[in-house]
Amino acid sequence: MLSILLIVIAALFFTGIINRTKSLASGRKGPGIMQPIKDVARLFKKGAVYSETSSFIFQIAPTIYFASIVMAMLVVPFGQSKGVLSFRCDFIFFAYVLALGKFFSIISALDTGSSFEGMGASREALYSMFAEPAFFILMGSFALLTGYTSFQEIFAALHIGSYISYALAVLATFVLIMIAMIENSRMPIDDPKTHLELTMVHEVMILDNSGFDLGLILTGGYLKFAIYGALIVNLFIGIVDYQYAIPLFFVIQFLMAVVIGLIESFMARFRMSHNAQFIVALTSVALLIFFGALLILGKFN
Amino acid sequence: MIAFLTLPVLVTIAIPFLKVKGKGIVAISVIFINSIISCYFAIQTLSGQVFDLSLPGNVVTGPIRIYLDALSGWFLLIINFIFLTGGFYGLYYMKAYREQRKNLSLHSIAFVLLHTALISICAIQNSLIFLIAWETMAISAFIAVIFESGKMATLKAGINFLVQSHISILFLMLGFIWVAYKTGSFDFQSITTYTETHQGATGMILFFCFFIGFAIKAGFVPFHTWLPHAHPAAPTHISGIMSGVIIKIGIFGILRMLLLIKMDYTVVGYFILLVSVISGLYGVMLAIIQHNLKKLLAYHSIENIGIIGMGIGIGCIGLGNGNPLLAALGFAGALLHTLNHALFKSLLFYTAGIVYQATHTLNIENLGGLIKKMPQTAILFLIAAIAICGIPPFNGFVSEFLIYNGLYQWMLNADIVPLVAIIFSVLALVLIGGLALFCFTKAFGIVFLGQPRKKINHEIKESPFFQWLPLYLIALTILCIGLFPQPFLNVLTKPVNLYSGLIQPSLVPFQDEIAHTVQPIGLASGVFILLIALVFSVRKIMIRNREITVSPTWGCGYVAPQPKIQYTASSFVRTYSKLFNPFLLFEKKEKNVSGVFPVEAHYKSHPYDRIESWFVDKPIKAIKSFLSRFLFLNNGKLQFSILYGIIFIVSVICIPFLYDTIMAFIDFLKQL
Repeated sequence: MLSILLIVIAALFFTGIINRTKSLASGRKGPGIMQPIKDVARLFKKGAVYSETSSFIFQIAPTIYFASIVMAMLVVPFGQSKGVLSFRCDFIFFAYVLALGKFFSIISALDTGSSFEGMGASREALYSMFAEPAFFILMGSFALLTGYTSFQEIFAALHIGSYISYALAVLATFVLIMIAMIENSRMPIDDPKTHLELTMVHEVMILDNSGFDLGLILTGGYLKFAIYGALIVNLFIGIVDYQYAIPLFFVIQFLMAVVIGLIESFMARFRMSHNAQFIVALTSVALLIFFGALLILGKFN
Repeated sequence: MIAFLTLPVLVTIAIPFLKVKGKGIVAISVIFINSIISCYFAIQTLSGQVFDLSLPGNVVTGPIRIYLDALSGWFLLIINFIFLTGGFYGLYYMKAYREQRKNLSLHSIAFVLLHTALISICAIQNSLIFLIAWETMAISAFIAVIFESGKMATLKAGINFLVQSHISILFLMLGFIWVAYKTGSFDFQSITTYTETHQGATGMILFFCFFIGFAIKAGFVPFHTWLPHAHPAAPTHISGIMSGVIIKIGIFGILRMLLLIKMDYTVVGYFILLVSVISGLYGVMLAIIQHNLKKLLAYHSIENIGIIGMGIGIGCIGLGNGNPLLAALGFAGALLHTLNHALFKSLLFYTAGIVYQATHTLNIENLGGLIKKMPQTAILFLIAAIAICGIPPFNGFVSEFLIYNGLYQWMLNADIVPLVAIIFSVLALVLIGGLALFCFTKAFGIVFLGQPRKKINHEIKESPFFQWLPLYLIALTILCIGLFPQPFLNVLTKPVNLYSGLIQPSLVPFQDEIAHTVQPIGLASGVFILLIALVFSVRKIMIRNREITVSPTWGCGYVAPQPKIQYTASSFVRTYSKLFNPFLLFEKKEKNVSGVFPVEAHYKSHPYDRIESWFVDKPIKAIKSFLSRFLFLNNGKLQFSILYGIIFIVSVICIPFLYDTIMAFIDFLKQL
């Protein structure tokens, strides 16, 4: 239960901190940290415009997208305390529930009949497909390393002791941040602030959403960041007591937001046609982690 | 049992004399009665009993053993469920063909015979009679497939199916004859005794012989080439049954042989795992680029056979390693996925059939926006599509979860070589899931959403209410397995213990362990549905008094949008097909724009199967070109035919004579 509370609190500030970092990096004052939440609150109060081409799919899709993210949040633990649901191989459930949200966001984009949104849908489907293996291999390596197969047990048993395990934790952090960037369609993969629809992935899919639905989608995005942040935190706080773990949680979330802000400020987006290769490369990093785990366990002998 | 066999015979005689309307109804009622009989036995076997009945047979066959165990029981239930729903759906589907009376008679008879043959295959344990039942199944399926035999493509696909069915029978016969030659008995039990006494490679080679035979039926790559041709050609209820049941009988055969043949299970497990991973990936990779909806579904059958095979492979490795839990997880996943795939794939085919009836096309590039005119079809297709992608809260997730669980379970105490196998299997399973999602968002999005991509001149309307009944029943079962997997796995206890019992008969790891594994999934799926309902009702309350306006899709500044500028299926998968180009094959016809005032230009691309072109088309071309050298022999002159006849007769008489002479001569030389 603790994890939900922490993730929601982190989600409130996460995108605001990213935006603030970006504006400071470009020499502007920028909006307040709570601005994204204010935007969403305003959207929740607004009416909606629906395309005449669209059907009921378009209206239920944001709901299911949001629900899938909340559901995924329920299985994420916090250190010693379990998530609301915790069972064997719950990380598979985590990934597949998020896939349902993706399924609906893709078909809702196709529902509008817009060529731009179809393009975004096609890219989203392809990129998220390539991102999945990295996550499964990552979790598989940890399962191998710890001998457990549920999020909570894995993270509770994960001890960082040797040099190789430091390297593994760093690599895992890198993979998780990159997966978070892909899932949220952020900079190296996708540029949410571009002026041209042709160069977008996620933003172009939700062109026609408005009002409450758009609010749900944006909130879902904020939550997703905080969820992946929580997973990264979990890599490090396995056996730490709560009085240190909770501040550490917010520090790591803050650092992650700042890092994402800096990446967005100083990096250019990859070429759209090379994105797929880049995401597949992530799988090979995950394989490195796997072989690292083999090394630690001495399976090569 | 006598009633079971006499009814189909009676019906075969009676159907030609019935009225058009009666034929279908009589066929269904016979299937219904036979289903009740066989389901009675199936349920008994699943609760732990075993039926073993030995008929006297005759001199040639020897005693005929009728044997029903829990494995047969599980497959009997699947066959009956799919046949009943499919038959009921077929009654309405065939209404459009009422004027083809003779054809309908033949079709109904074939349908009943197919059902009888499939059930017999699950029960018979005598190889000669088994082959007869197998042949009956192949022929009746062939007749059922070529219902629209007026179309050249249908006939071609049907003959392709017939030929490949017989290649399958050839391999089965080879295996059975081998055993019969060595042991002198046609009973299945002799396979066990033979392989028990002959250790080493014998069992393995025998198993591969059977495996190829059954794999052709099941559609493992590279034996899958008949499948994408036959499915689109058949009438829809036959496609559904074919994908749901007929290819599963291949899986049944493989599972049966695993029980019978004693061999090194580990090697076989790795082999099956490898073939299955390739099948799974290849099937879905080709499914994505298909434009014909039924062909797309056919390639997905190959993919799902791959997933089932992965379960079997993991189970075998569990048997080989002496790990009963791993074996139980693998086989439970495989058996449950067999049922799941039968459910969602038949539902997908039936909805595709309704789309075909309404629009008269299966080319998804011409469709679009059907959700407005056919909301029920769209919802059912969506449910099945989500289920086939293996996404909760539906049934596909449960079986895939069991297989994942098996893989991660295996990982916990494995060595380096198995670990590499595991990690690549996980990789494959994840990619299969992701590609399936890609494919079905495309299929659903292009067929049902957006605006019609091509104008259809007649009115599009939903089918009659009764045609929906079986479809809703299937959809309900899909949801039930997703939410309450526990009872279904309890039913699976007995068939799975057949396998895990091979290691330690006393130990039954299945019940508790797997209950622990799947129970939370049902719970989580339930919570998920509640959560969706909650968010939806909050949304409903929040937007109650808000202003809702309807306006055109935002065109990013472009003010004259039209249906033609929508994304098409080809454009949706373009990036994908560029990336996966090495594995895919397209036949392209194009004429480029040229000159200052170009007159005409066209571009047509047609997806093709690379493995088919390697393993089927090229060898056939080579054989044809070789045999064409002997064409001069067949010059059509009567005199020559008589000459060949005489040469044949003379050689038949002379060769033994010559042989004797030569042998006598050799003997003479030896004496010297």
